[in-house]
Amino acid sequence: MAEAVSAEDWSPSARERERQAVRRRLGLRSAGIAAAATVLLIGALVLLIVSSPGWPRVQQTFLSWDHAKAVFPAIATGFWLNVRLFLVAEPLILALGVLVAVARQSTSPALFPVRALAVVYTDLFRGMPTLLVVLMVCFGVPALKLQGVTNSLFWLGLVALVLSYGAYVAEVFRAGIESIHPSQVASADSLGLSRAQAMRYVVLPQAVRRVVPPLLNDFVSLQKDTALVATVGLVEALNAAQIYANFNFNYTSYLVAAAFFVALTVPLARFTDWLGRRVAARERGGR
Amino acid sequence: MTELLRVSGLRKSYGDKVVLRDIDLSVDTHDVVCLIGASGSGKSTLLRCLNLLETIDDGVVEFEGRDITDPRVGVRAVRRRMGMVFQAYNLFPHMTVLDNVTLAPRRVHGVPRHEAEPQARALLARFGLADKVDSHPDRLSGGEQQRAAIARALATGPALVLLDEVTSALDPELVGEVLDIMRDLAESGTTMVVATHEMSFARDVASRVCFLDDGVILEQGPPAQVLGDPTEDRTRQFLRRVLTA
Repeated sequence: MAEAVSAEDWSPSARERERQAVRRRLGLRSAGIAAAATVLLIGALVLLIVSSPGWPRVQQTFLSWDHAKAVFPAIATGFWLNVRLFLVAEPLILALGVLVAVARQSTSPALFPVRALAVVYTDLFRGMPTLLVVLMVCFGVPALKLQGVTNSLFWLGLVALVLSYGAYVAEVFRAGIESIHPSQVASADSLGLSRAQAMRYVVLPQAVRRVVPPLLNDFVSLQKDTALVATVGLVEALNAAQIYANFNFNYTSYLVAAAFFVALTVPLARFTDWLGRRVAARERGGR
Repeated sequence: MTELLRVSGLRKSYGDKVVLRDIDLSVDTHDVVCLIGASGSGKSTLLRCLNLLETIDDGVVEFEGRDITDPRVGVRAVRRRMGMVFQAYNLFPHMTVLDNVTLAPRRVHGVPRHEAEPQARALLARFGLADKVDSHPDRLSGGEQQRAAIARALATGPALVLLDEVTSALDPELVGEVLDIMRDLAESGTTMVVATHEMSFARDVASRVCFLDDGVILEQGPPAQVLGDPTEDRTRQFLRRVLTA
């Protein structure tokens, strides 16, 4: 009702129009300052690099258009392996993370060994560098010569990534679970829900919503860490770049590989930011 | 009148602080027992002890003829028969009002969805929430949320409903709509134990009023006696403070 009245009868007063004009002027001035500062800074940086004594040589070895074109297909093929690793690993990591986090919250005495295992697992794998896990799994497991266990470096590398990231993601889920107010659990208890039902229907759905932004952050990191399997000889983007550099004495290939990773992680990072803002807005009220 | 709940010699402490002492209380079917007393007198703790949300330090709570404080008694079996409504509503924010109300009937009592939902809709309609069924709790006013929470506690047909200062978090103009529902429930014979600051509700609706002071039931009896002609000085002081406020 109030809207209808104001929409019909209101036009800004002279004072308000004056204020708007001032705000526009100030806005233009801010934009001008920002643009000038940016141009100045970037110009200075470029000048610094280009005028450095080694620049002609760097330009030759890192920024050769011909080498970039030549290595592009090899790195694209290698990068497809990174993408595949990432796409298969991500759902497995999520499943492992939820399982471990929920196992840590269990209270039944029969589940004590599971609970203990979950604690040991997260402590161990969160404490080890991912590179070390990759090396141990890819070289250690085949050395055991176990019947029926794969020797495929792709799958072993994948297992290493899942083990390492599963521990991180489990901790993220645990933080989410513990952030749910005890009154929600009391409420579920008072309705007669079991511990498992309270977790499944009340706590976990709320916790998952809350941890999506930090989870996506871990996945940005995982996208880059798929390059760690290069160390065991899988020809993914980084390894492809390395091979080219070694044969041609030119490092442009590294830059190309970097561009591939950035092209994939930046959109995910922006998406994470956007989702984080949306969750924050929802927590403040309204949906 | 059959005795539904009997509390004898109940004691509860947090560390060194004793919050409830020598509590004796008996509730018959269709009774409405109001617990009154200052904040911190132990009303909420007593309700939480009855629902086994707290472990008591001594005494006995018998519900439907069974000692429910025995550690071997299934807590869930007790709670299937006892509903609880909280001061802060505690609705599940990620579910619609309908899902909040049908969760326990479906998951705890095994009622199929096609039976649970019409029952829940009817209950919500009775509480004036017919058009809020599919909304999420954060879209509802405080009074609507609390009415939905009462519906959730009643959906499983409990023998006893515990209400813990259910109007204390509400804006003054919303208190009435929740009290009306509680009056309605009392008239239809729902057995309730109500911790409250609403003296007029206690006077009109309660079959018995208990005045708690510093963890003890200082006096209890019919509302006309406890509220109108109390024997204890502390009760008189409390009532004077509340009624002149």
